[in-house]
Amino acid sequence: MSRQYETVIGLEVHVELATKTKIFCGCSTEFGGAPNTHTCPVCTGMPGSLPVLNRQVVEYAMAVGLAANCQINQYCRFDRKNYFYPDNPQNYQISQLYLPICHDGWVEIDTAAGKKKIGIHEIHMEEDAGKLIHDEWEDCSLVDYNRSGVPLIEIVSEPDMRNADEVIAYLDKLRMMIQYLGASDCKLQEGSMRADVNLSVREAGTDRLGTRTEMKNLNSFKAIARAIEGERRRQIELIEDGKKVIQETRRWDDNKESSHAMRSKEDAQDYRYFPDPDLTPVVISDQWIQDVKSRQPELQPEKMARYQREFRIPEYDARILTSDRHLADLFEETVKLCGEPKEVSNWLMVEAMRLLKEREQEPEDIRFSPAHLAGLIRLIQEGTVNRTVAKSVFEEIFSRDVDPDQYVEEKGLKMVNDEEALLKTVQEVLEANPQSVADYRGGKEKAMGFLVGQTMRAMKGKADPGMVNRIVKQLLTK
Amino acid sequence: MANIITDETIEYVGILAKLELSPLEREEAKKDMGRMLDYIDKLNELDTAGVEPMVHVFSMNNVFREDVVTNKDDSDDILKNAPEKKDGAFKVPRTVE
Amino acid sequence: MELLELSALTLGGKIKKREISVAEATREALKRIEEQEPEINAFVTVDGEGALRQAEEIQKGIDRGSFTGPLAGVPAAVKDNLCTKGLRTTCSSKILYNFVPTYTAEAVWNLEKAGAVILGKTNMDEFAMGSTTETSAFGVTRNPRSREHVPGGSSGGSCAAVAAGECFYALGSDTGGSIRQPSSFCGVVGIKPTYGTVSRYGLIAYGSSLDQVGPVARDVSDCAAVLETIASHDTKDSTSIPRKDLDFTAALTDDVKGMKIGIPRDYLGEGLDDEVRRAVVRAADVLKDRGAVVEEFDLSLVEYAIPAYYVIASAEASSNLARFDGIKYGLRAQEYEGLHQMYKKSRSEGFGPEVKRRIMLGSFVLSSGYYDAYYLKALRTKALIRQAFDRAFNVYDVILGPAAPTTAPRLGESLQDPLKMYLGDIYTISVNLAGLPAMTVPCGQDEKGLPIGLQLIGDCFQEKKIIRAAYTFEQTGGGQDR
Repeated sequence: MSRQYETVIGLEVHVELATKTKIFCGCSTEFGGAPNTHTCPVCTGMPGSLPVLNRQVVEYAMAVGLAANCQINQYCRFDRKNYFYPDNPQNYQISQLYLPICHDGWVEIDTAAGKKKIGIHEIHMEEDAGKLIHDEWEDCSLVDYNRSGVPLIEIVSEPDMRNADEVIAYLDKLRMMIQYLGASDCKLQEGSMRADVNLSVREAGTDRLGTRTEMKNLNSFKAIARAIEGERRRQIELIEDGKKVIQETRRWDDNKESSHAMRSKEDAQDYRYFPDPDLTPVVISDQWIQDVKSRQPELQPEKMARYQREFRIPEYDARILTSDRHLADLFEETVKLCGEPKEVSNWLMVEAMRLLKEREQEPEDIRFSPAHLAGLIRLIQEGTVNRTVAKSVFEEIFSRDVDPDQYVEEKGLKMVNDEEALLKTVQEVLEANPQSVADYRGGKEKAMGFLVGQTMRAMKGKADPGMVNRIVKQLLTK
Repeated sequence: MANIITDETIEYVGILAKLELSPLEREEAKKDMGRMLDYIDKLNELDTAGVEPMVHVFSMNNVFREDVVTNKDDSDDILKNAPEKKDGAFKVPRTVE
Repeated sequence: MELLELSALTLGGKIKKREISVAEATREALKRIEEQEPEINAFVTVDGEGALRQAEEIQKGIDRGSFTGPLAGVPAAVKDNLCTKGLRTTCSSKILYNFVPTYTAEAVWNLEKAGAVILGKTNMDEFAMGSTTETSAFGVTRNPRSREHVPGGSSGGSCAAVAAGECFYALGSDTGGSIRQPSSFCGVVGIKPTYGTVSRYGLIAYGSSLDQVGPVARDVSDCAAVLETIASHDTKDSTSIPRKDLDFTAALTDDVKGMKIGIPRDYLGEGLDDEVRRAVVRAADVLKDRGAVVEEFDLSLVEYAIPAYYVIASAEASSNLARFDGIKYGLRAQEYEGLHQMYKKSRSEGFGPEVKRRIMLGSFVLSSGYYDAYYLKALRTKALIRQAFDRAFNVYDVILGPAAPTTAPRLGESLQDPLKMYLGDIYTISVNLAGLPAMTVPCGQDEKGLPIGLQLIGDCFQEKKIIRAAYTFEQTGGGQDR
């Protein structure tokens, strides 16, 4: 490859909103459930049924738009997108094309080269489709409309990204922002956040955009990164071979690490959008925008700055603690209870992160209560347990949310501060290890560490290490 | 007839509308659609510059429902009219090859 | 037979006074249906057993005092595009030949709450697309007034059933004249209310922005009473309008003194049958004699309503009817290979020619490259038509004209030339585009004895004005030949 190419990427991100009910009917959005148990005439496209808009969907869409620095279309409307597919019960999807709720915004991401703004072209509201289950036994597909009508927002970026790192930073940014707003849990694996990648390549230095393709079926950040690399290479090879890139939708197969065109004669990709006559326009007053703004929670950048300022936590730690709203909430609540930000931060940053990694979990999976972590920190400060014991107690809190007071009591993990008992144990250890004693007295200071260890072991780890050190030294130098 | 509808157009519209026409129906459709479009072209006599397209006759807006679950499990009713069903789902020809 | 000659309100009164039982009225109606149906074919489905069961229940309700309305116990029929729980609803289409809804349309539900006995479902043009009820997959309906003629459409079954005395009133729907034109052809009274007055929930959509449910009855009073019963603000229909003036029977007063009535010159011009013109002008004179101020005026844009309508209605229909795909309900083709062929075969076998024609047209006008030229152009035309009516209603209380250019054509005459059939809707279609209320009252008959209908159009929410004018006209015996 002699020429240099630049990759141009735009994203269409679909996010399932955290409403209790669907966008146009009173069916539950709860995940799971036997097929078609969360359906009604409206979300299964029964003849004569009519949609009525869920107000909360508009609120969430506005909240996300405002957080992404968007303009709000104060007169917006729903359009029908017409295409036949079994997961789409009316054979049209209610979406927004002509007047989407938000437009012209941006979010800022951190890149290797510093901060960068990614433009948001628009955000629109729409309904999700049902689920198709492929029946291997009968060579047929089964349609479950439980997800049909679950509210989505689609966030369409400008083609402002240049590589997979930027794409992932952008997705992370959106995910964090939307989770903070409480508008969605944004789980890629469960499909509550989905990204389609629009990608084109052009010779470096040129301004004109190349022909782009749209890549679908990307279920993880890793798949996205692989798909971007794969598609970039495919397009460059086409160009180098003197062939043309065709504007098309492609489906990524992450197992095969390759994509194929989703074209067929029967998919004309002519959606015949027109305003949905069954729904009235949404008119958003200045007052409504103000109300949503005033309810907007503190978002990650502000929270991170506040942690550094208020709790004197280093930037790195503050960034990690605020990377997930649940983690940040847990941190703040625990600090509120015990007043030890440094200590709380350490437990979360070191032990909690280690355990999450071990168990391949995300911060949002943390289940223990702030009161129990605060309780553990208090036990350490009071000298009831030492740090070694505390770590094992923390693991129990992390796994089963045990009450540390009760647990320490039941398991008899309290630190032994009885000087006489300790003195007796140290004497026994010294008697049992004459060689080490001799070594120490002969100048090998290291031997003392061994003797301290032996004592702690004999005390089943419950001794105050400081005290053990002092007594061992005392007896050795006698 | 000013509007000549080609076989390709009828084929294309058939794909969009999921209709399969017999050769006879196809000829009829070409003729009918051409005539209708000629007639509809009458609208071009009207100067509509600056006229806002009217979707709704009344300026009703912000018709909402609150985010409260009102529906229960009605899957039996929902599936009652299905031509083919299996395991509580609508059965369709295989959608992926 | 005397019982069947009663108006719905008179029958309702007699039922209330226990002079006639609900079962008796229902049995009489069912007997008439049995006699008439082999020839008239106004019904797709007659629910005799269900009706008798309802009659018993409603009688108990009346005796208990839980049904107190003026229509309690009166047998009625419902157009087959209104969903009825447990009762087959076909839209007169093969594609819904076996569809049994699990919910009831709001308008029908309002009737049920008022104690109506639903006798069955009436025939119509398939998916309400047509003006003669000949596009039905369940056979043509004959005009009870002259059996070699069509009853009009698309609510031809409802109008024929009322005219034939098979029921005391019926519900229809009107997207471009589908209540008013067959009412005219059958010599009955029909109202298309202001858009949003009657809930569309459970009405199987044709052109959603134009569709309205309305009553068909033998006289103006019955019609007003039924409209009052079915009109409601329904939170299940986003386009349903909260109104406080739904007491339409309050407008049943014999008084048009000082009422300003305008007749669009275009409505009396070329294309209008002479006999119809004479009857309409005579009707206007009658109202003038009763104290109304009647004058002719230029409405303008009349000839643009039909093309605009066919773009908008077909576009909406192409989308509304996409859901009939053989997956969730209705017809699925027997043999097919793969998903797309299943779609195409099911739909091609299930829909009749007129429905296909409009779906094709609608898909085309919305397709890439044509949306602005056709669809937006039509919506702009619609705005201009609405403005023309606004100007007219600044001057007039009511607009008067014919409901159709001719009396009922002979069976089989209209389908030869679809475009010509469409032109028959010239006086009714603009009303739907503008969302206005309008009604038809009989105003005489032609030489062949076929009824002629007078159309009265009101401004939005002014049903009471047209009801008052119609009632006054009716009181003069205006052209009524019964």
